[in-house]
Amino acid sequence: MPILECNKLTKTYGGVTALDHIDLAIDPGRIVGLLGPNGSGKTTLIKLAAGLLQPTQGQILIDGKKPSPETNAVMSYLPERIALSQWMKVTQVLDFFCDFYRDFDRQAAEQMLAQLHIAPNQVLKQLSKGTKEKVQLILAMSRKAKLYLLDEPIGGVDPATRDYILHTILTNYNPDAAVVISTHLIGDVEQVLDEVVFLSRGQIALHDSCENIREQQGKSVDQLFREVFKCWEN
Amino acid sequence: MPWEFQDHLPIYAQLMDTLKRRIITGRYLPGEKLPSVRELAAEAGINPNTVQRAFSELEREGLIYTQRATGKYVTDNADEIKAARQALAKTQVAGFLSNMQSLGYSVGDVIVLLQSFNESEEESSHADSGM
Repeated sequence: MPILECNKLTKTYGGVTALDHIDLAIDPGRIVGLLGPNGSGKTTLIKLAAGLLQPTQGQILIDGKKPSPETNAVMSYLPERIALSQWMKVTQVLDFFCDFYRDFDRQAAEQMLAQLHIAPNQVLKQLSKGTKEKVQLILAMSRKAKLYLLDEPIGGVDPATRDYILHTILTNYNPDAAVVISTHLIGDVEQVLDEVVFLSRGQIALHDSCENIREQQGKSVDQLFREVFKCWEN
Repeated sequence: MPWEFQDHLPIYAQLMDTLKRRIITGRYLPGEKLPSVRELAAEAGINPNTVQRAFSELEREGLIYTQRATGKYVTDNADEIKAARQALAKTQVAGFLSNMQSLGYSVGDVIVLLQSFNESEEESSHADSGM
């Protein structure tokens, strides 16, 4: 059974259609790239899966169920923006996650914080934007979830940290869990992906395995993306 | 650091090539245990299913084998390793020849060139040792 399933999923904001009858199934054990230019519907899709938005039409299922507190317990969501209280110390945020999520592995989080030289007694407000993003990612990856929804996890951090984040995703890899990564930094992530979904103006332009794309098209996912979403004609 | 891969080929095929080289050059010895899928995925910075696929293909070719519950091992069969080495050498030569042909050299021209190259190398190494 797919861990994430969309059936004719549609979301409109006023008169604007953000997602237009999307059909999609993602199986456990897959690392999936959700790729598309700005405004193509990536964040809307992730927010629908996280239960933060309601579908206008169609449905989205997590582990066979509609988004609810029950599905939130098996889903780890990394928002695109910082969503932590700024007055908290890093340790307090860890306490908070321990209280909220049964699957939160505090030891794993502390280990990753140490590896990135983030002092647990610091107040979030004192941290740089990139460091806050790292803390937030560590929190998301320290849960033993069935579905990870990572909205732009590498956009705001330096290349060395990007490598660390991708390494973290690979070392936490669990064959029973799926990871969905939205990004436009395709070249940086494509090696870790099983499959990619190209979103274009609220529709799925392509859903294929990365190795198929290389094998059949003789080009990388990054190159294919640049061709599919070319912004001008020479 | 993640490994570098070329854009136009599947990653599993490039990984197979790297693993073959490691076996041929003795970095992984005959009968030695290979890194696990997870370790290799983390080392190379690539998807674990891609590593699994490269392992399956190498197993099909007879260069590695699975021992249930303990992992994957390099073959003990020296002939298999020798054959893989020869196959790799042939692809290298084929690639080289096709590059030379695109420069307008026939196979005969290439042989002559290689011989003279070899001789001048020998001379210069003699000269070096004479110093």
